[in-house]
Amino acid sequence: MEKVAAVKMRDITKSFGSVKANDGVWLDIYKGEILALLGENGSGKTTLMNMLAGIYFPDEGKILVDDREVVIRSPKDAFDLGIGMIHQHFKLVDVLSAAENIILGLEGKLDLKAAKEKIRAICDAYGFEVDPDQKIYDMSVSQKQTVEIVKVLYRGADILILDEPTAVLTPQETDKLFAVLRNMRDDGKAIVIITHKMHEVEELSDRVAVLRHGQFVGDMLTKDTDAQEMTNMMVGHPVVLNIERPEPKDPKPRIRVEGLTVRSVDGILKLDDVSFTANSGEILGVAGISGSGQKELLEAIAGLQPVEKGSISYLEEDGTPEELIGKDPLSIAAMGVSLSFVPEDRLGMGLVGNMDLADNMMLRSFRRRKGFFTDRKSPHDLAERVVSDLEVVTPGIATPVRRLSGGNVQKVLVGREIAAAPTVLLTAYAVRGLDINSSYTIYDLINKQKAAGVAVIYVGEDLDVLLELSDRILVLCGGKVSGIVDGRRTSKREVGLMMTKLGGGRG
Amino acid sequence: MNTRTHTPLFHISKRGQLPWYRAWLIRGIALAVALLLCALVTTVFTGVNPLGVFAAIIRGSFGTARKFWVLLQEMSILLCVALAVTPAFMMRFWNVGGEGQILMGGLATAACMIVFGDKVPNGLLILTMVVASIAAGAIWGAIPAVFKAKWNTNETLFTLMMNYVATQLVAYYCNVWDKKGSGIVGIINPNTHSGWMPGWNSPGGQKYLLNIVVVALLTVGVYIYLRYSKHGYELTVVGESERTARYVGIKVERVVIRTMLLSGGLCGLAGLLLVGSTSHTVSTTIAGGRGFTAVMVSWLAKFNPVMMVLTTFLIVFLQRGAGELSSSFAQINDSFSDILTGIILFFIIGSEFFITYKINFRKAEKEA
Repeated sequence: MEKVAAVKMRDITKSFGSVKANDGVWLDIYKGEILALLGENGSGKTTLMNMLAGIYFPDEGKILVDDREVVIRSPKDAFDLGIGMIHQHFKLVDVLSAAENIILGLEGKLDLKAAKEKIRAICDAYGFEVDPDQKIYDMSVSQKQTVEIVKVLYRGADILILDEPTAVLTPQETDKLFAVLRNMRDDGKAIVIITHKMHEVEELSDRVAVLRHGQFVGDMLTKDTDAQEMTNMMVGHPVVLNIERPEPKDPKPRIRVEGLTVRSVDGILKLDDVSFTANSGEILGVAGISGSGQKELLEAIAGLQPVEKGSISYLEEDGTPEELIGKDPLSIAAMGVSLSFVPEDRLGMGLVGNMDLADNMMLRSFRRRKGFFTDRKSPHDLAERVVSDLEVVTPGIATPVRRLSGGNVQKVLVGREIAAAPTVLLTAYAVRGLDINSSYTIYDLINKQKAAGVAVIYVGEDLDVLLELSDRILVLCGGKVSGIVDGRRTSKREVGLMMTKLGGGRG
Repeated sequence: MNTRTHTPLFHISKRGQLPWYRAWLIRGIALAVALLLCALVTTVFTGVNPLGVFAAIIRGSFGTARKFWVLLQEMSILLCVALAVTPAFMMRFWNVGGEGQILMGGLATAACMIVFGDKVPNGLLILTMVVASIAAGAIWGAIPAVFKAKWNTNETLFTLMMNYVATQLVAYYCNVWDKKGSGIVGIINPNTHSGWMPGWNSPGGQKYLLNIVVVALLTVGVYIYLRYSKHGYELTVVGESERTARYVGIKVERVVIRTMLLSGGLCGLAGLLLVGSTSHTVSTTIAGGRGFTAVMVSWLAKFNPVMMVLTTFLIVFLQRGAGELSSSFAQINDSFSDILTGIILFFIIGSEFFITYKINFRKAEKEA
């Protein structure tokens, strides 16, 4: 079959300050093809696509659509050219319905009835399920994403760009999305998907293009390559793609949770009678659709979440239990419990974006020195150690952490939390948004903590990883425990079903 | 279909870190352009020779030794208030109640002078004034902080409203203390000078040196407090992200109240300097809008106490210059001076945009 290029990007260069996000990139996007755009964090994938979508304007280079040179100055220009992008963070108005969101900003007469007809036609053509009258605030994450895609198609997009669309979806929802994307491809549309998940690339895409440090490294047909080769291209040198799972050494109960019930400020039940035990020297994975109570569970253990009833005890080496409920992080530390927490919201909770690396290291330790003044030296040394041990890419210790890329931010956070020599390590979505190389660094760090006898509670979203890394997996569904399974014996299918409560367990 | 193929005339992109001299070059250019525009506006609308105008502005601050010491004295009070509101602003607690906190400090000072004047030894009286004024300002600042910490009330409205309460309190006591019924408190203890703080003669013969020395020490103190103390670190974290603060076990409520005690207390100190050291009387207008001007001084300096010396100078210099202008030229009145001050401030604040961003103009077509 003859391939027709929908978009040609030629010699595209874009700098932010002194950083070259894209450097002379050539990229072709073909009609009737799904292209996976790969690269590590900060390799310039999103920047490149944002220039197609009219969000950034390239410093140099040109863009051709249907072999005609074009200038894309705004998202509207992009729409006029049939280019639509679905961003990681949805841009929808909560109080409006799906149909209202879809036609928002379009010129011409407001005809909601005709719009709904057209939306239904689009849905039927590709297999979407959207109720045009449903309000956005009533929708799940996956439904919102569907609205975003329909919005783009409604505006006549022939070229669709999806930035990490599966990060927030369950396996079942991901399958649905992929089916729709294949339908669109078969209809002759050009689709670009940015993702970090190798198995998705292999499953979905026809062709892959790899960026490294802002430069185009190469492209190839997906069927001619494999995860190993693609990863090597992204990183620039061979890497080992194996998550180790050593047998737990001498596991002892460390954290015992009994009948834990938590309500949000609005009175919504977030955790309902949750009980489990986390052992030392073991990784307890926590699986569940996002918003099933993972955040509340970790924050309750860390002393940040008011609890309605139940008990969380920390078991000393000799088995003496100590109640953690009703204590704040400071009094938990004062009890001699060394508990580290890598929260989901890295820059909003774990770190202070505007502070530099050294000052962020200080967050945990600034009280340690007696007297009125802070100790500036040891956090500075710790920052230097974390930078060199974890290979953090940063211009220096004095750089505000918000300027670092996602993977490096996470390394700083994890590095600090591990430096406290914890006995319990809580992590929430530790590799979200991280490229494959950084992810494996994090898995490795977590495994080292396990080997050191730390009780690790690992909340994750990538089931493949949870299954490879965890000794046991606790599955949450709607705030309830739908079961605890052995990580070595269960399957993706089983855990996926338990997440949606269709499966077994005692949900 | 999009048929436009020309690139936009310019697009804006973010700069990297500029070396300090380039940043100051941009600020310098902004000031030069502002002065040029001022000159143009002056000539067009008043016909006065702009060079004369600039000379008058400079004369306002440096014309005589006395004017120079007045400049320093005015700077010291404004800088004191700016230093006071800075910890609160760094904590993202919008304390616009500096005015009221100054007034309460001044009121407490005056009360001590009137009630205890000539009755206790002067040293003890001054000590009482110091404690009372700082405490009064601190309490006035802490009330909105407590409400914010306990019930999450809006501190901007609350501190603003507290200004009016303070003004009315001062007005009430002016009536109580005034024996003649005019509602104006004259110079307190005019004969015995009881409770007058030792002014310390400056070389010009004015008693301004004490204020200047106190505020100079305060500048260093606040700088160290914000930069190197645990308190300073905690309030910065609370300001950047309350959730991070809770996550590392900082007691946010306590930090909010503590910081506002400090902020209000320093405003109270400004009230003490105004009443006890400078004017020896109290009225509803002693703060003179400094509680609000100080907010601008603090922001312009990006909350850096050392930079605040510069921004305070800029503001006071312009104010003094404006005053000199309207008294030197018949064609120029107060409002016109304000226009010139406005132009200069606009350019100086606007120059920060060009320090953060770069404007890329369309390049000439390479091929074609």
